[in-house]
Amino acid sequence: MTTAHRKILLTNARLLDPATQLDQQGQLLIEDGKISALGPDIFNGSPPDDIDIIDCQGLCLSPGFIDMRVFIGSSGAGLRNITEAAAYGGVTTIITVPRATELTDDIAVIEHTARQAEGLPINVCPMSPLTKAMAGQEMTEIGLLSQYGVTAFTDGKKPVANAQVMSRILQYAEYFDPLIIQHIEEPELAANGCVNAGEQASRLGLVGIPTIAEVIMLERDLRLLQECRTRYHAAQLTTYDALDAMRQAKKRRNGLSAGVAVPHFALNETAVGDYRTFAKLSPPLRNEMDRQAIVSALADGTIDVIVSGHDPQDPESKRLPFEQAADGVIGLETLLPLSLELYHNKSIALLDLLAKFTCNPARLLKLDTGTLAVGSPADLCIFDPDKPTTLNPDDFPSKTKNTPFEDRPVQGIVQRTLVAGKTVYEREAV
Amino acid sequence: MTVAQPVFPHKHLLGIQELKPADITTILDLADIYVEQNRQTNKRKSILKGMTQINLFFENSTRTRMSFELAGKRLGADVINMSVSTSSIKKGETLLDTALTINAMHPDLLVMRHGNSGAVKLLSEKVSGAVLNAGDGSHEHPTQALLDALTIRRRKGRLHGLIVAICGDILHSRVARSNILLLHAMGARVRVVAPSTLLPVDVDRLGVEVFHDMKAGLKDCDIVMMLRLQLERMQGAFLPSVREYFTLYGLDLDKLSAAKPDALIMHPGPMNRGVEIDTAVADDIHRSLIQEQVEMGVAVRMACLDLLTRHARENGPAVTGGAS
Repeated sequence: MTTAHRKILLTNARLLDPATQLDQQGQLLIEDGKISALGPDIFNGSPPDDIDIIDCQGLCLSPGFIDMRVFIGSSGAGLRNITEAAAYGGVTTIITVPRATELTDDIAVIEHTARQAEGLPINVCPMSPLTKAMAGQEMTEIGLLSQYGVTAFTDGKKPVANAQVMSRILQYAEYFDPLIIQHIEEPELAANGCVNAGEQASRLGLVGIPTIAEVIMLERDLRLLQECRTRYHAAQLTTYDALDAMRQAKKRRNGLSAGVAVPHFALNETAVGDYRTFAKLSPPLRNEMDRQAIVSALADGTIDVIVSGHDPQDPESKRLPFEQAADGVIGLETLLPLSLELYHNKSIALLDLLAKFTCNPARLLKLDTGTLAVGSPADLCIFDPDKPTTLNPDDFPSKTKNTPFEDRPVQGIVQRTLVAGKTVYEREAV
Repeated sequence: MTVAQPVFPHKHLLGIQELKPADITTILDLADIYVEQNRQTNKRKSILKGMTQINLFFENSTRTRMSFELAGKRLGADVINMSVSTSSIKKGETLLDTALTINAMHPDLLVMRHGNSGAVKLLSEKVSGAVLNAGDGSHEHPTQALLDALTIRRRKGRLHGLIVAICGDILHSRVARSNILLLHAMGARVRVVAPSTLLPVDVDRLGVEVFHDMKAGLKDCDIVMMLRLQLERMQGAFLPSVREYFTLYGLDLDKLSAAKPDALIMHPGPMNRGVEIDTAVADDIHRSLIQEQVEMGVAVRMACLDLLTRHARENGPAVTGGAS
């Protein structure tokens, strides 16, 4: 393991910086945990002796990934396991979704998560609940929490259903300039649903969640947003109609952004198959037309952010009748290889793809990472974009194995992950 | 009379909206005289002798009702208070039926407060006496704005050109609306300072500058006017918490330091210490005008009662035209 206080030179790298569209062979120098230089040949072929050298062997060197949607359990041990999974996946910063809690003193909850994250290998940034106890009725202390340093507010998997409450939140928040993140689902239309509404739901005898539940909630919020300049992020958009609504809205107003989770473009509703609870998600996996709309929206910039939606679930929560089973998949380990499918099948350029989990979330969340800019933290990922492999959950650090991607052949693998110049993961030689 | 007869061409005092700058000056000039009278041992005049003033309060009030009662009595009127808890409204009577009943008793002056905006104007259309608005919903509270103006004018010598910041719950405040109208009409520069949820829509169209940052809003101010957080009028949550509100919008010495060194602090009362104002600021005798506002209130109301009854006193009562 290399340490942070020494100078580290990463050589023989393909430097990829989505923030500046940089894609060139070269070197990157780390000093005191920060990026201090980058270029084709920083020391004119003769680096000083007191320097650690890491040979990247021609692999890609990009900013470490930022995962904007990670669910954490209540125990600190769970969080450690999640950070190990992140490091394995090249993720150097996780943005954690608040837990439903009865606690009303929200700053204390944020401080608690921050304390749990001390000493962990990667950066952990907690988001705050948007409403008290995530009950959708009263806004949290957006002003005080913003002063404390929180930049994003969300009720996680719960939408703010009450239009008056949402309207007031958007009005009130404008001055503090946080990112307001909404779960895009009209709860009455989605009530009791567990899969995408349609032929498959009908055949399986499951209550469906219609696609209009998504577009109605989004269009409601877009109307409310006409009254203010508050920044608004649709946590996940998964339907053709909602994506088109967002695409049109972005032409009229700044400060709108959208995310999508990997499974929604890597799978469609057929993955649910014969009641496969590992493919149960919120929002549900959609049909193939919607999936293709997501890919198009990633390519044309309607979707700004790709998240893993990493959500560990115990076997007890998944080995249940489909309707009763918990939703959620683990995803930190598979964020890169599954996203790279879009690059390999030529849906999107490599730098534009990487932007979705580096500089784009950094910009939305006002983070100083997610870029190779000189002076920013040396949060880095070295990866091979082409290496073929088969996803095997037994290799993943995550203790829970709730992934629908077992045995999926993919291309791309993380070689090494650095946080503030310190190597937090390195793939063992085979 | 020691005062020259000023022209005051209004039958009622329903709001600042209806007044011209000359009307406002007339009221303030006369109120100045009553301030002096109220500081004498004998505070009593008899210009309203034989006249009846009914204070009709559909909303709880202590200071405003007392102030009007004292004003009427010091001018020699017979003053009767009627509050909602004893009124027939509790028994199901409509506002207009109450108005007609009261009108039949021939009051010369009706002072009314009501929780609904526009209710005082509705009453004024049905009675023959002069009606004074003591506050209607979130609409107007003209005598409060007049007493605030008198307080400022006596301390600063003028209204024109002063920078006045009105801070807090503008949305629910009739005091804010009347003050904005009055100060704007008299040439002051008016700012409002509040979170967006406590500002009326398009408030900038009322001629004010809008601030969400308290220190920026108080910068170079001559007058800081604090408003009470009207939690009782709030349906649903406009704010996250009192703690956050006080931290961001409560007037404390730190925020006040942005204003001019001789800036003065006002509050229409009742104030909530630790919510919109810090105790150290509220009790600063060199800067806080809160007690002085109360004194000016009686004088301003005497001036209003005087002016509104002049026509009747000189020409006899108006023909009863209320029963329609």
